[in-house]
Amino acid sequence: MNSKTPVIQLKNVSKTFGEVRSLSEVNIEIYPGEIVGLLGDNGAGKSTLVKTIMGFHRPDEGGEIWFKGEKITDWNVAKARELGIETIYQERALCEQQPIWRNMFMGREIKNKFGRLDVKRMKSEATRLMSEHMGFTSTAVHPDNAVLTMSGGEKQGVAITRALYFDAELVILDEPTVGLSLSETKKTLDFIQNIKKSGRSAIFIDHNIFHIYPAVDRMIVLDRGKVAGNYKKSDITMDELIESMYRVARTGSIKE
Amino acid sequence: MSENKDSKVKNNAARPPSFWRRFGMQFGIWSVGIFMWLIFVVTASEAFTSKDIYLAFASSTPLFALMAIPLTLIVITGEIDLSFPAVMALATATFAKIYSGTGNIWVGFIAALVVGTLCGYFNGWLVTWFGIPSLVITIGTSFLFRGIELAWMNGSGVGLTDDKLLGVANLLVGRSFFGIANQFWWTILATLVLWFILNRTQFGAHVFLTGDNKTSAQLMGVNVNRVKRRTFAIMGFFAAFAGLVASFEVSYFWPTLGEGLLMNSIAAVFLGGTSVFGGVGTVTGTFVGSFIIGAINAGIVASGINAFFTQVFFGLVIILSVIMQAVISKRIKR
Repeated sequence: MNSKTPVIQLKNVSKTFGEVRSLSEVNIEIYPGEIVGLLGDNGAGKSTLVKTIMGFHRPDEGGEIWFKGEKITDWNVAKARELGIETIYQERALCEQQPIWRNMFMGREIKNKFGRLDVKRMKSEATRLMSEHMGFTSTAVHPDNAVLTMSGGEKQGVAITRALYFDAELVILDEPTVGLSLSETKKTLDFIQNIKKSGRSAIFIDHNIFHIYPAVDRMIVLDRGKVAGNYKKSDITMDELIESMYRVARTGSIKE
Repeated sequence: MSENKDSKVKNNAARPPSFWRRFGMQFGIWSVGIFMWLIFVVTASEAFTSKDIYLAFASSTPLFALMAIPLTLIVITGEIDLSFPAVMALATATFAKIYSGTGNIWVGFIAALVVGTLCGYFNGWLVTWFGIPSLVITIGTSFLFRGIELAWMNGSGVGLTDDKLLGVANLLVGRSFFGIANQFWWTILATLVLWFILNRTQFGAHVFLTGDNKTSAQLMGVNVNRVKRRTFAIMGFFAAFAGLVASFEVSYFWPTLGEGLLMNSIAAVFLGGTSVFGGVGTVTGTFVGSFIIGAINAGIVASGINAFFTQVFFGLVIILSVIMQAVISKRIKR
């Protein structure tokens, strides 16, 4: 695989829910080692796009998803995660009554060769990850603690650490900084830089252009289910970006 | 090893959850059980200090405990099954028909388990494919399974006193070790097997995740519908087994088999600390809950209280335990 082969490529992906068309003919490709910001107003289709990439939603007839140059048929979440795509969802996707270790390994539990769950290992790995990667020192992070006893930032920490553990090729962060304190936000942004340093890719979705712009290599603007703009960071200043975002919101078109 | 773990915990300043958080619910269930037992020992000391009453528990409680234990898994996923008494009957009818037709015990036995499992799977399929609440759809399938069984048997029972059946009867409901009924050992075995499935397999992990937050589980790649179908199939399997046990216990297959066991099983699950909202529960809790229910039945009579009070006692114990659960889980959420 050379660096010109996208990690993931969407060709003509549309998604219709009943009468509502959430995505229409979206074409996107993400290259290795690239951080792509995905911008768009509420209802632009960002979350739908993420869930389609993850296989949670099935694209409409005619849409194709390619992973590392191979067309994927029969896409589903378990398969997407197995191939190396992890998502930190806006809604965090935690099971709050369950202990941290169950959440950390949700859907990808560690088993021994007889298929028996290795609970001890999952607990010790959870402890290690929480302290090494998230630097948690609070009393709430023992692996046996139920997630509902944790603070918002700690919950986000569980979701981020989970994505990190599986060495994903592509990490998708859907509004990861919502509801976080300043220091937690900084930690999250550092995490995104670490993804890039290790040569992997990320899609970073946020409302806040001031978070997105410094962190990414490229920005895709989504509007009403369509790709309205695709900019390399070197081609556009933050002010120009903000200006064009306003224009898109007003007119639905990126061009003057 | 443990020292290493301690120092690690200290470095992170992480504390494990307190005793109450981890075992409060279990502790509560066991307390209720022991408290009840003490009451009966005082009020009916003659009966409760002889071994006969315990032997009676060991033979009668498994008849519903064998179904309460797998029902725990369904309740943890946030669903319920009301059709298992009918599955008991339909599966046992299958055994009776095949045995009388072919004379082969084991073909009949296996066919009964297969029919039970398929009935359960059918429930699960209806629930997941059409998205119908299991509370409603299993009322429907309950009538359906019972109706098929009654029509098939033409409403009449079958004696199971054939000499050829002695072997299987002994295996299922014979007496061993100081006269303890074999169904008690089967119940222990069922508890151990389902404990393992629930706590040490990926399927078991997914049972908890499905009941806790279905959407989160799906977003992380858990096939929640498959998990639910499997819990219903397991339920059907055990209902069939319990049907055979209950029929061999009385050496007769009654077409009304299973009636009267529904509420006992469901009560045992909730008494055992399994959350009605899903996501939380233990099979050991259900095991203890079953024996508490069994003890209430026998204890009331042995204490010389009018048997009409059984249900009053029943109701109070269940209401109190569910309130206790609510209080404990509220405290857990600080």
